[in-house]
Amino acid sequence: MGKPSFSDFVSIRDLTKKQMSEVLERAEGMIPYASGEKRTRALEGRILGTLFYEPSTRTRLSFESAMLRLGGAVMGFSTPMGTSIEKGENLSDTIRVTESYADILVIRHPLEGAARLAADMSSKPVVNAGDGAGQHPTQTILDLFTMLQAKETLEGLNVVILGDLKFGRTVHSLSEALALFGANLTFVAPPSLEMPREVIADIESKGVKPHYSSSLGDAVREADILYVTRIQKERFADAAEYAKVAGTYRIDSRLLSQGKSTLSVMHPLPRISEISPDVDSTPHSLYFRQAANGIPVRMAILSMLLGVDP
Amino acid sequence: MKELKVQPIRNGTVIDHIEPGAALSVLKILGVNGENVKGTVSVAMHVRSKKDEWKDIVKIEDRELYSNEVNRIALISPHATINIIRDYNVAEKKSVKLPEVVRGIVRCANPNCVTNSNEPVETSFLVVRERPLTLKCHFCDRVQSNVEKYII
Ligand SMILES: Nc1ncnc2c1ncn2[C@@H]1O[C@H](COP(=O)(O)OP(=O)(O)OP(=O)(O)O)[C@@H](O)[C@H]1O
Ligand SMILES: [Mg+2]
Ligand SMILES: [Zn+2]
Repeated sequence: MGKPSFSDFVSIRDLTKKQMSEVLERAEGMIPYASGEKRTRALEGRILGTLFYEPSTRTRLSFESAMLRLGGAVMGFSTPMGTSIEKGENLSDTIRVTESYADILVIRHPLEGAARLAADMSSKPVVNAGDGAGQHPTQTILDLFTMLQAKETLEGLNVVILGDLKFGRTVHSLSEALALFGANLTFVAPPSLEMPREVIADIESKGVKPHYSSSLGDAVREADILYVTRIQKERFADAAEYAKVAGTYRIDSRLLSQGKSTLSVMHPLPRISEISPDVDSTPHSLYFRQAANGIPVRMAILSMLLGVDP
Repeated sequence: MKELKVQPIRNGTVIDHIEPGAALSVLKILGVNGENVKGTVSVAMHVRSKKDEWKDIVKIEDRELYSNEVNRIALISPHATINIIRDYNVAEKKSVKLPEVVRGIVRCANPNCVTNSNEPVETSFLVVRERPLTLKCHFCDRVQSNVEKYII
């Protein structure tokens, strides 16, 4: 493989459908390395810098694991506490300094656009691991990868997306990417947490007319994938309102029995009470496989940006 | 007879056909203030134009504006004209053209955007629509119209 066609991984909107397919294909090839079945030292001598301005155990550990599985090394911080940032150093300076310590940087930051700023600033590749309510592109790729793995194609796939569609960081770019691949989208959200107009406009511009449903039971009937996200308590005026919504959107095996036998349930995790544990042992549960897919997908992205094959 | 609401200038620039009420924002965008000009700056607000519409006019003595500074005016006054005055006559007349990318001048409407923090970075927006003027932040992707409200 030569130089990748992109030098940073900041937003899913930067990628064409073809580039996304390339990443997905590459991730497929990483599976035996991700599981430890095969070994590689492809990134030996390379250093990943992890700049986590916001805690995110799962995402950070999966990036670290991906880098280590490729034979590379990892350094960084998992919270700005105790670093020069706490003393008031700005992101721009931190990037200028750390880029000379590492070969590639991963950043998670509470402000929207922080990863773009870091990428503009840094001569080394930058991967966005979530910026505020903005993008989280590696999550989107791993979601697509999981669907593809379970269903073989995304085109014509009936995907129901449920939960906080307004503030949910992952659902916007996921919906846009699914539209690009020609999936059928159905949104189910409480009235105040509906999909933003800009996202709908983007989806429609890709030739997909999303459906909206207020009944989870109806939406589930034809679904191939049910993508569940967390609804946060803080989004509601009072606890009673939250409890009502949370109760309506609970996924259990009784609900799933109304759908296809092949219906798969996904969730970016951690879940609170959205999915009943009785779903875990059914063939419907895809969320643990989804979480595991974070490794091959991130291995694909890191190695691609560094222009190295396993 | 020329319509001259203020004293004629020998050399300088007249910005004509400014949206009524936007004259002070135009000066702000150009970075013109009482301290950094050599000549007199006069502002006429709410002037009736020949076409019987309202407009503002700004006249800057002894300074010819460059197109890159002038094009910023399109952000708030797409119909403004730039008249370069030499020896009391209009030597050049240009319209303003919106740049494809707007750097600086405007603040991002998203309070949680990295450009609204203490980072030493210039804002940057893609012009996604001209009418109504709609900008998209290069950093956070926020789309905003209502641009006057966010002039820095
Ligand atoms: N010497 C000058 N000093 C000050 N203002 C001037 C001078 N000459 C022209 N102007 C002003 O500059 C603007 C443009 O002058 P011009 O003679 O081109 O008017 P016009 O024919 O009405 O142009 P337009 O079609 O752009 O409105 C007018 O507002 C005019 O009053
Ligand atoms: Mg006139
Ligand atoms: Zn912004």
